[in-house]
Amino acid sequence: MAEKNPLTTPSPNADTQVVPPGSHHTHTEQPSGGHKSAFPPFESHTFLSQLIWLALAFGLLYYLMSKIALPRIEAILGDRANRLSADLDEAQRMKSEAEAAGQAYEASLREAQAKAQGIAQDTRNALSAEADAKRKTLEAELNQRLAAADATIKARTAEAMGNVRAIAGETASAIVERLTGKAPDQASLNRALDATPAIH
Amino acid sequence: MAVSVDPIHQFEIQPIVSLGHIGNQQLAFTQSALYMFAAVGIIALLTIVATSGRSVVPGRLQALAETLYEFIADTVHQATGADGKRFLPLVFSLFMFVLVLNLLGMLPYSFAVTSHLVVTFGLALVVILTVVIYGVAKHGTHFLGVFVPSGVPKPLLLIMVPIEIVSFLSRPISLSVRLFANILAGHIALKIFAFFVVQLLVAGAWGVLSPLPLALTIALTALEFLVAALQAYVFATLTAVYLADALHPGH
Repeated sequence: MAEKNPLTTPSPNADTQVVPPGSHHTHTEQPSGGHKSAFPPFESHTFLSQLIWLALAFGLLYYLMSKIALPRIEAILGDRANRLSADLDEAQRMKSEAEAAGQAYEASLREAQAKAQGIAQDTRNALSAEADAKRKTLEAELNQRLAAADATIKARTAEAMGNVRAIAGETASAIVERLTGKAPDQASLNRALDATPAIH
Repeated sequence: MAVSVDPIHQFEIQPIVSLGHIGNQQLAFTQSALYMFAAVGIIALLTIVATSGRSVVPGRLQALAETLYEFIADTVHQATGADGKRFLPLVFSLFMFVLVLNLLGMLPYSFAVTSHLVVTFGLALVVILTVVIYGVAKHGTHFLGVFVPSGVPKPLLLIMVPIEIVSFLSRPISLSVRLFANILAGHIALKIFAFFVVQLLVAGAWGVLSPLPLALTIALTALEFLVAALQAYVFATLTAVYLADALHPGH
């Protein structure tokens, strides 16, 4: 902007103008036609200003980044990594706790099963022992009664066998009386009875 | 407007507040300075205001700031190793400054600060001075090992050392000219192709051809956005690579 900026470098046309040698300050007015000056990036009169503002702006940026922004972002990332690993550890801990609880449950389950089996076995044993005992007493009682019955039978048989001699004597006496007309005496009857083996 | 637009006009420095002269230097608060401080403000807004919540679950802007941080931290780490972390603020500031200035320059009617060689050279000078001053302060004369590639036979060193010196000295020039030339050329090309559209439209029947330069302008605009981001990244990466020399001068 030639109007705002009186110190633009000479336009290429200015080279043809007669410039006094050694004159650094060329305050010649630009020819009308505006800012057809040198290539702007090579207009050296703006360099100092640009470098100063660059130094100020970049210095400010570097200060903000190194003192505030980057430590804060680093802290955020570190905090997040820590929290993630802490959460993972916590999850791992909870998982192992759950596994331990599961194992404890299974152990107690096995224990209870074993105990139940033991109780069942005991009950079964007790019941069978009781049944055995009952059976034995019953058997003993039955044997006793069998023995008693045997004794009774034997007694009755003996008794009956005793009566057989008397009946046989009476019968023999009656037969002899009918045959001979006279009753045999007791002594010969007894002899005859003793001689008969079947009566004993 | 007349059918003649100066594609160079957009690069002129416009004083806003004139502060006088020193010699032939004009001191002024210029639109260039305004854009620089606007860039600083935008970066501060993104990296300081948006992260003020310090939320564990980030919002969009905080996530963007974190992504940029991690991107540059990775770049610096890859180039310089673990002890390069002290240079992260410098590389991050350079990257953000160049990136935001490049992108601001893409706004219509705006001014691209990085299209001025003196600005990009100033930034490159910051890099090179950091490399030299830190390298000499940390390694003393061992810093000269930068110029001696390891594993090279002795006779070859006679050729290699001068080449290394020249390449080291050309670093600030290549660093600054690369950025400056990319931005400058891109903006000029955009202006010229966009102006073709206008010229064709006022040229009667030739107006039917105007969609061609329009399509080209649109494509160039996309390309320029890519260049704006890419050049900022290149600047930051090269800075990290040069800083690696200051940390480990022995190649």
